[in-house]
Amino acid sequence: MRTEILRLLEKNARLTDGEIATALGVSESEVRAEIAALRESGIIRGYKCVIDRAAVDRDAVSANIEVKLTPKAGLGFDEVAEQIAAYPQVDAVYLMSGSCDLLVTVSGKSFREVASFVAEELAVIDSVTGTATQFIMRRYKEFGVTLFGDEDDGRSKLSL
Amino acid sequence: MIDYSKLIAPAVKETRPSGIRRFFDIANTMEGVISLGVGEPDFRTPWQIRSAGINSLRRGHTRYTANRGLEELRLEICRYLERRYEVTYAPEEVLVTVGGSEAIDMAVRAICAPGDEIIIPQPSYVCYEPITRMAGGVPVIINTRAENGFKLTAQELRAAITEKTKALILPYPSNPTGAVMRRGDLEAIAEVLRDTDIICISDEIYSELTYGVRHVSPAAIPEMRERTILINGFSKAFSMTGWRLGYAAGPTELIREITKIHQYAIMCAPTVSQHAAIEALRSCDGEVALMVEEYDMRRRFIVDGFNKLGLDCREPSGAFYAFPSIAKTGLSSEEFCERLLYSKRVAVVPGTAFGDSGEGFIRASYCYSLEHIKEALYRIGEFLEELK
Ligand SMILES: Cc1ncc(COP(=O)(O)O)c(C=O)c1O
Repeated sequence: MRTEILRLLEKNARLTDGEIATALGVSESEVRAEIAALRESGIIRGYKCVIDRAAVDRDAVSANIEVKLTPKAGLGFDEVAEQIAAYPQVDAVYLMSGSCDLLVTVSGKSFREVASFVAEELAVIDSVTGTATQFIMRRYKEFGVTLFGDEDDGRSKLSL
Repeated sequence: MIDYSKLIAPAVKETRPSGIRRFFDIANTMEGVISLGVGEPDFRTPWQIRSAGINSLRRGHTRYTANRGLEELRLEICRYLERRYEVTYAPEEVLVTVGGSEAIDMAVRAICAPGDEIIIPQPSYVCYEPITRMAGGVPVIINTRAENGFKLTAQELRAAITEKTKALILPYPSNPTGAVMRRGDLEAIAEVLRDTDIICISDEIYSELTYGVRHVSPAAIPEMRERTILINGFSKAFSMTGWRLGYAAGPTELIREITKIHQYAIMCAPTVSQHAAIEALRSCDGEVALMVEEYDMRRRFIVDGFNKLGLDCREPSGAFYAFPSIAKTGLSSEEFCERLLYSKRVAVVPGTAFGDSGEGFIRASYCYSLEHIKEALYRIGEFLEELK
């Protein structure tokens, strides 16, 4: 049941416990208990809505920032990552293989806001030895949801 | 001035485009319609199947195949039928066709002489009757009953058989009712057919889409294999409606004759689709299982939804349709559907599209996301409130 609940919620977090119970053919209280357990164990971390931000605010921008680090004593990758993650502007922080150490996604109201965050906040962190900022020009797909075109799947409304 | 109507062969002229065509046209052009009306999966064809199709084009497989289909594909079909349904066929006993549709048409044309009767249980998919008529045959309709879960009973079958009966169409799992014939149900049918020369044309296009029960092919019932033409395809199981690929399996003596018509009418099924289908059969059990699981969730959801709205809806065991009764509203199926479309912009199919015995029912497809089904049910609820 756990896998099925996660699959349903990952696709559509708006489903109520009752609706999930109906879809899975189990009782609502079982679903409620399972979801509580999933939250408690930290598997479910939150519920979000996929928003096409560009459609809400044309100036809004995001950037992926490749960050290079030189770990200092007592300040490993994890500590620096946690420090960066604490900024509200930061959407995501990942430890990477390859040319950079951390990949940080930052959102802001404008190019300038993001640029100044990188220059004034990120770049000055003690262990950070370099940053490379790539602005996101257009979003085509996010969280598995496509953000272009209409939703028409090409099927007619009625067929036998 | 050519009078075209005089040119058209009577059997074709008499085949009217299905009565609800007009209703369909309206629904298909109306703005803001939310539909539970289609008979095809919302899932895209699994990626590795698409990829196999693309690769076959890259490698230049762009010519005709053998009339009966690629040897490799027919072999995979045999393995699949054995693995999934415990029916054993040799590649010579399989013909690859342009969808299940062609296989049904060819099978009927191969055995139906003018005046022969073909028994068709209804409510059922719409093609059997016109195909029979165009082959010069006489459709003999059995109106299956809601009390029996729209399954065909031995008694009904026995009553429909005459000396002219050539074949029985067995359309299960059923579009539109979702009914599935269990082994016991099929054994009772086999009991009736055993002493006859009646051929069973078994349309098993929804065989993969059953819930809580396993599909049993009539060909797996003792003494039925020799009188069965098993028809199946890739449209529903693998979400491959647009690839147009299906097949017929049966005794060589029959398949050989069917292949003659296919050879002259079609040449061969699309080559690219045949290559893709090999991949589907070889490596997509997991994808199919996931899709079935998803349909199953939607099925429970929509059935529960209709029952909560007060429209009695039994749990369908197969295909991807719910078939709730709207008798309580006092409206005919067509009135219900038209008024629902005009007042709430929800498109469903009147049960009567599938035969007179569909009166009092509507077909609601659950080839849609839960969110979509939820919205449609909500609007149907509003409609029912306003009817009161
Ligand atoms: C019962 C049934 N048989 C056959 C078909 C035709 O399928 P295909 O795409 O294989 O021609 C359909 C399609 O809706 C169907 O519902």
